[in-house]
Amino acid sequence: MNSNLLSEHDKDNASPWHGLQQALRHPLARPLAALAVLLLIDFFLIPGFFRIEFKDGHLYGSVIDIVNRAAPLMLAALGMTLVIATRGIDISVGAVVAISGTVAATLIGGTVVMHNGVPEYASNIPMAWAIAAAMGAAILCGAWNGLLVATLGLQPIIATLILMVAGRGLAQLLTDGQIITVYYKPFFYLGSGYLFGLPFSLFIVAGMFIVLALLMRKTALGLFIQSVGINPVAARLAGIRTAALIFFVYIFCSACAGLAGLMISANIKSADANNAGLLLELDAILAVTLGGTSLAGGKFSLVGSVIGALIIQALTYTIYSLGVPPEVNMVVKSVVVFLVCLSQSPEFRRMRFSPSQSKSLP
Amino acid sequence: MMNNSSSSLRLRASWGALLATPSFTSLVTVALLLLMFALGAFGYDGFFSLQVVLNLFIDNAFLLVIAIGMTFVILSGGIDLSVGSVLALTTMISAYLLHVWHWHPLLVIVCVLLLGGVFGAAMGMLIHFFKLQPFIVTLAGMFLARGLCYLISINSITIDDPLYVAMSQTRLEFGDAFISPSVVIAVLMLALAIYLAHFTRFGRAVYAIGGNEHSALLMGLPVGRTKIAVYAFSGFCAALAGVLFSFYMLSGYGLHAQGTELDAIAAVVIGGTLLTGGYGYVAGTLTGVLILGVIQTLIAFDGTLSSWWTKIFIGILLFVFCLAQRLMSLGAARAADANAGGNVVKPSAQVA
Repeated sequence: MNSNLLSEHDKDNASPWHGLQQALRHPLARPLAALAVLLLIDFFLIPGFFRIEFKDGHLYGSVIDIVNRAAPLMLAALGMTLVIATRGIDISVGAVVAISGTVAATLIGGTVVMHNGVPEYASNIPMAWAIAAAMGAAILCGAWNGLLVATLGLQPIIATLILMVAGRGLAQLLTDGQIITVYYKPFFYLGSGYLFGLPFSLFIVAGMFIVLALLMRKTALGLFIQSVGINPVAARLAGIRTAALIFFVYIFCSACAGLAGLMISANIKSADANNAGLLLELDAILAVTLGGTSLAGGKFSLVGSVIGALIIQALTYTIYSLGVPPEVNMVVKSVVVFLVCLSQSPEFRRMRFSPSQSKSLP
Repeated sequence: MMNNSSSSLRLRASWGALLATPSFTSLVTVALLLLMFALGAFGYDGFFSLQVVLNLFIDNAFLLVIAIGMTFVILSGGIDLSVGSVLALTTMISAYLLHVWHWHPLLVIVCVLLLGGVFGAAMGMLIHFFKLQPFIVTLAGMFLARGLCYLISINSITIDDPLYVAMSQTRLEFGDAFISPSVVIAVLMLALAIYLAHFTRFGRAVYAIGGNEHSALLMGLPVGRTKIAVYAFSGFCAALAGVLFSFYMLSGYGLHAQGTELDAIAAVVIGGTLLTGGYGYVAGTLTGVLILGVIQTLIAFDGTLSSWWTKIFIGILLFVFCLAQRLMSLGAARAADANAGGNVVKPSAQVA
């Protein structure tokens, strides 16, 4: 991913000083540093921040909490990374979250059944089918986005705007404007269950990440996606089937969003077509940018996006637990975005390093 | 006497010419607006009245003003996602200044309008000087403005200033129907915007930048100044819309006008402005806003359809118009290809 860095490294890999410099220049250095600073603040200001307890067969603690809550965002950010890498953007993520959540919740629902004289909730249709249907709906949404962007050549932001506006309407149509409550216990496992002492949602994210990382590293797919982002025309002329690739990327993004939607609705034990995943697309885009992936497409970093999602969740957690009014959260977030954008801008760097040049800017 | 085949050929040619005319989508929009209105008039009692038409303006005056600002931004090839939250921030600041500091209402209005302009200009500067993407900068602006609202207060603040109340309750008689003063302000703004876009140097520069920023720079146009001015204008429009909105709601609230930026973008696109920039009419935006208004009115008149149908209809309309724009620009490119032997001309070139 950073071939020029590597070749530079080969030339003069003498002193450890150089090694440090290289490490600082690594694309992940900045997001990692931001996360470290944030955690350091937490360490000093929140007593017992890093304490992790083992209770009732699973781990408890602030760090676990942050990671658990960041799971849907991490998923959405993973999908968004690939879309952004192809110079696209998907602002329908929140709507897809609402759609998949409502589909699953409507199909599962929960009816009281007497089981050995004990009332129990049973799902309306087998849960696997309900989940498959929800994911199918999400993939359908992705196919729609992909069709508009890849086949019709609409601008990504406007193509996904259509689903963003209509999607929530469709989700409300499904639920008839009501909030659907789920009573079927096994479904909650997706959002708040524990496996080997760790939140189950974490395993989903880890699984998705590993599959994706393998696909990107061990096959040419990652290279193809990057080349489409760097120069779509050149990529097409070089024989890459850009349209099919872009189509796939949007489907993947929506599938991630659908999975995130399942997690969210399992976590809150209901589906709210109006508010589920509200502004999630913006947080996902923010996570991707924080992770060092440029919105202009091309090079991307999956690890970076995961770190970006963790930064956002840690920031939220810090703000809440410091007793700062949660309203400040948005202001802080926006300031962070401004700073990150500025730090990515070559013009800003040039201005900072050589002030004399700043006057020559138009 | 003309023979049959040549007349059909001419007919096809003129039909093709009409299709290829850049203003075709705008004409379609107007036709669609009339069709939808006729549908309502035939379908529902009391739909066909002057007051229903004027209500469209009364209820959507603020959206019209916001969409006018958005039109300029989109014409210049950018996008402004912050307008909805700037509107909310304006209502919040006005309410706070009136309620807590007891400022004179006119001073408050001047202040918030300036603030909106400065907010927009600041974003424009970030976009221009640091070559940042408009999408992400205005997204951050959106967070910032909403966050600032909540910093002032998380609750709604009532406005009971006499001037605001008067502006809210005044009815300007218009035959046997009436309009509100906000409509007058919005329509004046529209006139000013049409003048700015089509009859001034600034307007021509906006179109040129939207058509091709690099060419505009090489032509010696003040690209930086114009871009910053466009975002400042959009911020100003959002603030003015905020003032109109506080006339309308008589309160300041951080949750006001959520998602308005999407409505505004939808109105601009439906109004026939190309999202890639460089082509469109400011007047088309009025049609776009009115179409959104008619959809809501139709749903309100029907009574059996729920509010979420509005979203679905807007989504469908957006899709249809994007598709039409896309097919047209493909057609135009092909026609230009055939005419000029490979020189692909964007429709924008004819205007810019």
